[in-house]
Amino acid sequence: MKYITEFRRSELAQGLISRIRHSSKTHARFMEFCGGHTVTIFRYGIRQVLPQNIEMVSGPGCPICVTANADLDKAIALAQIPGVIIATFGDMLKVPGSRSSLQKIKAEGAEVMTVYSTMDALKAAQDNPDRPVVFLGIGFETTAPTVAASILQAEEQGIKNYYVLSLHKLCPPVIRALLDSGEVQLQGLVCPGHVSTVIGSHPWEFIANEYGIPCVVSGFEPLDILQCVDMLVSQVEKGESKVEIAYRRGVRPEGNRQALKLMEQVFEPAPARWRGMGEVADSGLKLREKYRRFDAEANFELKPGPSLEPAGCICGDILRGVKTPSDCPLFGKVCLPENPVGPCMVSSEGSCSAYYLYGDGLEG
Amino acid sequence: MKDKKDKILLAHGGGGRLAHDLVEKSFVKTLANPLLDKLDDSAVFDVKGRLAFTTDSYVVSPVFFPGGDIGKLAVCGTVNDLAMSGAKPLYLSLAFIIEEGLLLSELEKIVSSVQKAAGEAGVEIVTGDTKVVPRGSADKLFINTAGVGLIPDGVDISGDKAKVGDKVILSGAIGDHGIAVISRREGISFDTKLKSDCAPLGGLVAEMLEVSRNINCLRDPTRGGLASTLNELANQSKVSIRIEEKDIPVREAVLGACEMLGFDPLYIANEGRLVAIVSPEDADKILKAMKKNKYGKDAVIIGEVAAEPPGRVVMKTVLGAQRIVDMLVGDLLPRIC
Amino acid sequence: MCLAIPVLIKSIEDKEADVEIGGITRRISLWLTPEAKVGDYVLVHTGYAINVLDQEQAEETLSILREIAQSEEAG
Repeated sequence: MKYITEFRRSELAQGLISRIRHSSKTHARFMEFCGGHTVTIFRYGIRQVLPQNIEMVSGPGCPICVTANADLDKAIALAQIPGVIIATFGDMLKVPGSRSSLQKIKAEGAEVMTVYSTMDALKAAQDNPDRPVVFLGIGFETTAPTVAASILQAEEQGIKNYYVLSLHKLCPPVIRALLDSGEVQLQGLVCPGHVSTVIGSHPWEFIANEYGIPCVVSGFEPLDILQCVDMLVSQVEKGESKVEIAYRRGVRPEGNRQALKLMEQVFEPAPARWRGMGEVADSGLKLREKYRRFDAEANFELKPGPSLEPAGCICGDILRGVKTPSDCPLFGKVCLPENPVGPCMVSSEGSCSAYYLYGDGLEG
Repeated sequence: MKDKKDKILLAHGGGGRLAHDLVEKSFVKTLANPLLDKLDDSAVFDVKGRLAFTTDSYVVSPVFFPGGDIGKLAVCGTVNDLAMSGAKPLYLSLAFIIEEGLLLSELEKIVSSVQKAAGEAGVEIVTGDTKVVPRGSADKLFINTAGVGLIPDGVDISGDKAKVGDKVILSGAIGDHGIAVISRREGISFDTKLKSDCAPLGGLVAEMLEVSRNINCLRDPTRGGLASTLNELANQSKVSIRIEEKDIPVREAVLGACEMLGFDPLYIANEGRLVAIVSPEDADKILKAMKKNKYGKDAVIIGEVAAEPPGRVVMKTVLGAQRIVDMLVGDLLPRIC
Repeated sequence: MCLAIPVLIKSIEDKEADVEIGGITRRISLWLTPEAKVGDYVLVHTGYAINVLDQEQAEETLSILREIAQSEEAG
């Protein structure tokens, strides 16, 4: 497959690994923010091939994992309104809320459909004109423009029964909050790839300028991650801190203007709750007044009930990079993929899921 | 009159004239064989030797998919379960649970598939049952089967017999069936020329046993995919199975669909593939025999059995690092991230 | 966030395109990439193209990686 297979080639990987090994002398902790990067790192065993002085830590860039229980409870409450069809990305199905999950209420009779795209949700709305179809808007700046486009399409086509529950979040504000907390010391940041495809590389400049942390925007294939680490190591060894793009085939410094335009047309920044971090100002998206008729929160009476956090779950600490899954007393004993306590275990991108499924540093 | 003939009604499962007609005209006529033709409450036959006995239920949706349908699947799946014990499949039972309103033409098409698959597999459908349930109580059609096969003397194949040093052979590319099925499912659909690999493997297994009796384990990687099957075997035999990512055959179309939907081919269902764990000294000649059969022409050695860590499957990635391959948990869902 | 894959645009109809990867074809939306043309590779995320892939940059990156591999082997 073009532009995929070439970036998995073993001999090119060996070249990068070799260079990283002999040029990296300083101890460095790099955080990969994005859950997609976490998956690649674990799936290919990248931590094992890096030299001992490089430490990789996973950050909160898994939109499923950082959705607060209270927000998931809202989605579940919506699904329990008679007649409502919830359309959601598959990832959210098994995540435990305070009392239930979308999968559980689906088994109890609620209409919850898994979709690959908002286009499928729009089609469901057209096929069921007498029933409200609510799309669960989860995701960062990569996904928000696609949801914005779906709302504009609904407007264009006169679809009156399509709604969005916006739980979208923005990355730069939460990275700032993470760095301000001082909890985790980083010498480099693997910047999100496809978020940058939309927002460009300029939004990361504050990290290099204000916090002195090297930043490199990475793609998602193993060669991309290795090239990114190589570039971070280079900055670290030279004492530099700037924003570079390794993922040049997928990211332009100015991003995707059209995507940003549509996103800004439909959404405006709002405070958002991040699991493990509490409320972070201007880190979420809500529908603008003009599009309120598509806003699920404005059009339905939601009674989600009190929100509860699962006892003993340290997903919050793991998301901030201050603890690892092995530090969690529930990991692998009580909290398992088939019986998750927190979202980090159930999300395909969660740290706990990656540790559990791919193993943590096998030798031999 | 025409309406009654076009759709299956509750009465078709009632045991009366309508039911009797359905069985005679739509089932027995197509599946004709001496045992079934008798239409007794049970099929009676003599078998000498060690028997393998299996049961399965089929609830695939959609019932028609590229490369097959629920009927073909029911026959091949049952036959393959028997073949995985080294047995020669002989007789199958076939029970239909039909949702009221299923088109008769669709049912007949499925029965025709059953007949064709049974013919190729060399088995007979000797007894059956038909029930019809109200609309909404079943998804078009569910099929339950049971199968009986005869195990040749001296053949003893079981999931707990893998030994350190054994080689692991895979009979062909993985993921075809699962992707073919998902390509038709609502909410997630796309066009593909890929077909399900659904196939009866009794013949392939017989040919393997002809060249060697040192076949320790056989299993078909159905739901849960290759990864889950290898984990089961590693667990049962209390060994470790080590495979290399670069050796596992996957068709480009399957890779493309997996990329698009965020799946891992290792977890996608197959319905015409087998995994064989064999003694290392016979591995090459078993592989050679497999390649001569149309359902084994792409067979390849994908790894070997080791001692540590027991019960785990370990894969060497293209970077040369090792990672665990775990069992599938729950159902595969399309990812976004 | 994550899963976006490079696919080839085979045909365009209004704001939608038929794209292909590994022989699989699918219909996706071009609402976010109105400039995309037939023959372009686009990155598709949840059914929408989010970018036109820069093929020149892709080749350049591979070229850099090949150089690194060669010099590591030599050195």
